[in-house]
Amino acid sequence: MPRVGVIGIGHGRFGRRSDATVQELAFEAYRLAMQDAGIERGDLDASVVAAVPEYHKQRSVAGVVQEYLNLNPKPTWLTEVACASGSAAIRTAWMAITSGLHQVVAVIGCQKMTELETAEILALMGRVGEVQWESVFGTTFPGYYAMFATRHMHEFGTTREQLLEVAVKNHHYGALNPNALFRKEITLEKALASEPVASPFCVFDCCANADGAACLILAAEDRARELSDEVVWLDGVGCATASMSVLRRPDLVGLPSAQEASRQAYRQAGVTAADIKVAEVHDCFTIAEIMAYEDLGFCAKGDGGRYIADRRSYIGGDVAVNVDGGLKAKGHPIGATGVSMAYEIVTQLRGHAGERQVPGADVGLTHNVGGIGQYTFVHVFRRD
Amino acid sequence: MFSWFGKVSFVPYSKISDFAVHLKDGHLMGTVCKNCGYTTFPPRADCPECMSPSFEYKEYSGRGIIYTFTEIAAAPTGFEDQAPYTVAVVNLEEGGRLLAWTGATIARDEVRIGMAVQVVPQIFEESEKIRVYYSVERPGTTWGKAPAPHLG
Repeated sequence: MPRVGVIGIGHGRFGRRSDATVQELAFEAYRLAMQDAGIERGDLDASVVAAVPEYHKQRSVAGVVQEYLNLNPKPTWLTEVACASGSAAIRTAWMAITSGLHQVVAVIGCQKMTELETAEILALMGRVGEVQWESVFGTTFPGYYAMFATRHMHEFGTTREQLLEVAVKNHHYGALNPNALFRKEITLEKALASEPVASPFCVFDCCANADGAACLILAAEDRARELSDEVVWLDGVGCATASMSVLRRPDLVGLPSAQEASRQAYRQAGVTAADIKVAEVHDCFTIAEIMAYEDLGFCAKGDGGRYIADRRSYIGGDVAVNVDGGLKAKGHPIGATGVSMAYEIVTQLRGHAGERQVPGADVGLTHNVGGIGQYTFVHVFRRD
Repeated sequence: MFSWFGKVSFVPYSKISDFAVHLKDGHLMGTVCKNCGYTTFPPRADCPECMSPSFEYKEYSGRGIIYTFTEIAAAPTGFEDQAPYTVAVVNLEEGGRLLAWTGATIARDEVRIGMAVQVVPQIFEESEKIRVYYSVERPGTTWGKAPAPHLG
């Protein structure tokens, strides 16, 4: 089985992009990735598009993206596993390459979330959970993670301040990322005083919807070495699921899918949690990043609150986490997010992250969660 | 008639539609697999263990313990007029879990993890169509029941 390398990366600006269609957003990231790889359209064998269809007026978005990128008649397909769709696209590209079917594949994560009216978004928001037994009680996405937070605080003494320290950190780094939606620091006091959303969460515990796109060019080992002199290798691809309904989970203080996906990815890459220098984790809500520290083995279950309070996830700590601003400050265009995470890890492993460069970053991972942990993908990247 | 279940119905049809009829009669029903005895709440028609499609209803007491909760301020479509409302996950005495609103017998500020509660079948009185649900109430709360489940 050949290794799979990343030979090109591109990232557009995340935010309220009233200036562009979804395919135009995709093109921005694609152009940058192709220029970064220094390859031409003829070098590509296929593309994989990641997007969550219900946000777009255009049905079957892969088709319009493929046409706009001028990639017909090459094959394409769409991957959808909610907020983890981008990592699912990377995984299927990895599968296509390791199988020998394709040599060079473009992965395009793109999402336009602000096309919908507020009423349409509120209606979608009411169907994020399991609709037969849960959504009938008006559950919401923040509400689910809030229930994890309530339980985590009860079992482990995690505090409101510790939760919001995650937002403070991610805004701190987001301020340094030109592609981020929010490029300003926040204070703990300001975060604590923000409007309630779902107890214990207030506005600053939650990431924001955004429009945006990111792109990776993946290649089989021989082609990768031929085409690039700074290949970053995708050496571990873990993926696991957990029940749709939170009523069927063993507990609500962690994501079993994340625990299993990280075990798979570490084993395949031949690394342990202690080898990870930089990580992009799925901080859709503050508790999600704290549970990620634990589920990924950066600290023991229950210690996540203290981990951020002790600044162990800042640059200079144990593992630099979400130093591009995370979903919280960068914005969360759901189909693009997994690809955006990989973009940041590759940038870090190449040593090109500028002011937010993690010194000595040689192994990094992405942790991309779909829904409330129904799907988790953990990908381990390594430089030569 | 699964469309009876919930203030907003997303799932009009199900193989366990009679659940809503039992709930209207005051009975909270889980299911038991007729082949292997697998018992579950929420109910399901098809056994996840032995794959048998043959099941029967089993009445649950509704007694349980609050496992976690949240008070939702930002409500989705159809629930705006209820906000803020508290949603609790309850571990049921006979096993299984449910998620529901805390009801009139529990004050907003007294909801706690570990609290003993009684799940009570409810009918939305203001609704013209039949709409049933269940709420999380103080232990000892009573409600009306039809004499016996009239469906198997």
